Amino acid sequence: MEKIFGRPESLTDFPYPYCSGCGHGIVQRLVGEAMDSLGIVGKAIGVTSAGCSVRNWKQFACDMTMGLHGRGPAVATGLKRTAPECIVFTYQGDGDMAAIGTGEIVHAAARCERITVIFVNNAVFGATGGQQAPTTLLGQKTTSFPQGRDPRTGGYPLRMSEMLALVSPESYITRVSLHDVKHINQAAKSTRRAFEVQMNNEGFSMVEYLSMCPTQWKVAPVEGPKWITDKMIPYYPLGNFGSIKN
Amino acid sequence: MPVELMRGNEAIAEGAIRAGCRFYTGYPITPQNELFEYMARRMPQAEGTFLQCESEVAGINMIWGAACTGMRTMTSSSGPGISLMSEGLTTLAAGQLPCVIVDVTRAGPGLGRIAPAQSDYRQVTKGGGHGDYHAIVLGPSSTQEMAEMANLAFYLADLYRNPVIILMDGMLGQMMEPVDFDLVKPLPVPEKPWALRGKGDGSRKMIYAAPFDDAGLIRLNEELAEKYRRIEEREQRWEEVQIAGAELVVLAFGSAARAALDAVQTARAEGLQVGLIRPITLYPFPRKAFAELRRSAKAFLDVEMNAGQMQEDLERVVGPDAVIHHLGQGGGKIIYPDEVLEEIKKLLK
Repeated sequence: MEKIFGRPESLTDFPYPYCSGCGHGIVQRLVGEAMDSLGIVGKAIGVTSAGCSVRNWKQFACDMTMGLHGRGPAVATGLKRTAPECIVFTYQGDGDMAAIGTGEIVHAAARCERITVIFVNNAVFGATGGQQAPTTLLGQKTTSFPQGRDPRTGGYPLRMSEMLALVSPESYITRVSLHDVKHINQAAKSTRRAFEVQMNNEGFSMVEYLSMCPTQWKVAPVEGPKWITDKMIPYYPLGNFGSIKN
Repeated sequence: MPVELMRGNEAIAEGAIRAGCRFYTGYPITPQNELFEYMARRMPQAEGTFLQCESEVAGINMIWGAACTGMRTMTSSSGPGISLMSEGLTTLAAGQLPCVIVDVTRAGPGLGRIAPAQSDYRQVTKGGGHGDYHAIVLGPSSTQEMAEMANLAFYLADLYRNPVIILMDGMLGQMMEPVDFDLVKPLPVPEKPWALRGKGDGSRKMIYAAPFDDAGLIRLNEELAEKYRRIEEREQRWEEVQIAGAELVVLAFGSAARAALDAVQTARAEGLQVGLIRPITLYPFPRKAFAELRRSAKAFLDVEMNAGQMQEDLERVVGPDAVIHHLGQGGGKIIYPDEVLEEIKKLLK
């Protein structure tokens, strides 16, 4: 029988540890499919971050290392500068990148490092129990701001893709969403394009995925996609922000 | 290359490039800037990477990435920057990645001032970062020795897969002395089968700072403790001067040892029974140097440009009954040979 669907060869068979309705599994699959279609798993080096995705070194079938909380882009810089023939990517959540790691991502983008950043934005700190992230929406209730995010005390949500596009003149920076099949298909194309940009030595590349976290949003898994369309997309518009087009 | 007149900071940088270092990152901080700027000029000639990082925090994490690919890597800073690197440093030790870090100490605590001091001794020999780990620490006291130690540092880092720190101070970094690189003994460079260069057709590799289960972390701690025992057994290095029959033994490293050496030689010429132990490895502390002296010497004089940080190691090695005096202080007060000589004479009166 002909096999028409299966696990990408760039992923191992190690089970995902994620909650029901979480978007991380989709993102990891998209990265695996992109590595398969570009034939780069043999020369890829991935950098995991702190947070829910900390264990995804088990699932990517390429060489892997880690970045301390927020430091992924610095680690990736060291890797790429000393092994320019390799394809280097970081996998970072919004807590990791947009809070403690702002210095590293801004400067990696400004240097237009030839790395690919997989940025999963679910508007909350997931692994540590649902605290406010820099990307948490105004009014959104979290364990650290139980009355909801108030900009007078908790500041405004950071739009990382727009910010980074401002400082990175040679970049592919795009925001996609995982809330339905059509958008996941677009996310798949963007993921592949981001790796191509690195392979072609065109510039820095980053894909921001608006991703579900029903556990910390306190909604049923089935409600996650609607939460993205109702709450996230109005503040985080989808599209391409960098100088390099799709 | 003929004998050259170089600053200490430059000798370390040149020595590192000659040792095969091809990735350097740093952030401006006095008094290490000559090392950083020398690398900026020389690294492109050597077809390596010089990268001015956005912070010492980013820099030490770039070192992690570059060390993962098997490249010989270096960063340098001064006390405040070394403090910022502490999380990265303990992580490099946990991940067993080789790298070389130069601390051109400035007077602390806090922001401090740029005057010479040795007050980072405890920070670099005892940790700085969290958890049970050690960096190997070398303490050169001349420019020639800095050239040699750059080479030795990379060798030890690769041999033990462990960070190595070269502890300097503003005086050693700035002063100029003749250097002959032809005298630097070549050392072997090991294969690095663990390095990440993409798996190709082989099996994938991973470099992590911590296993994700309790048993694995306990095993890692046991493995590291065993490695540190090996390092302590094999790598103690020191210089001894005039210790035969010494009633008083002076202990000093780095720039303080230069003043102490001058004073000890003068005192010996005047017939005083005094000798000098100069630790070259600060971790491991050269306890073997005191195997006999702890019984034969009547007293010890610890000379350091700090409040007596190495003295704690001396006390540990010679025991609680030994008589130990201390000369020196932190904050940027330089020690001169006359002061050491005066103290020697006072103690041997």
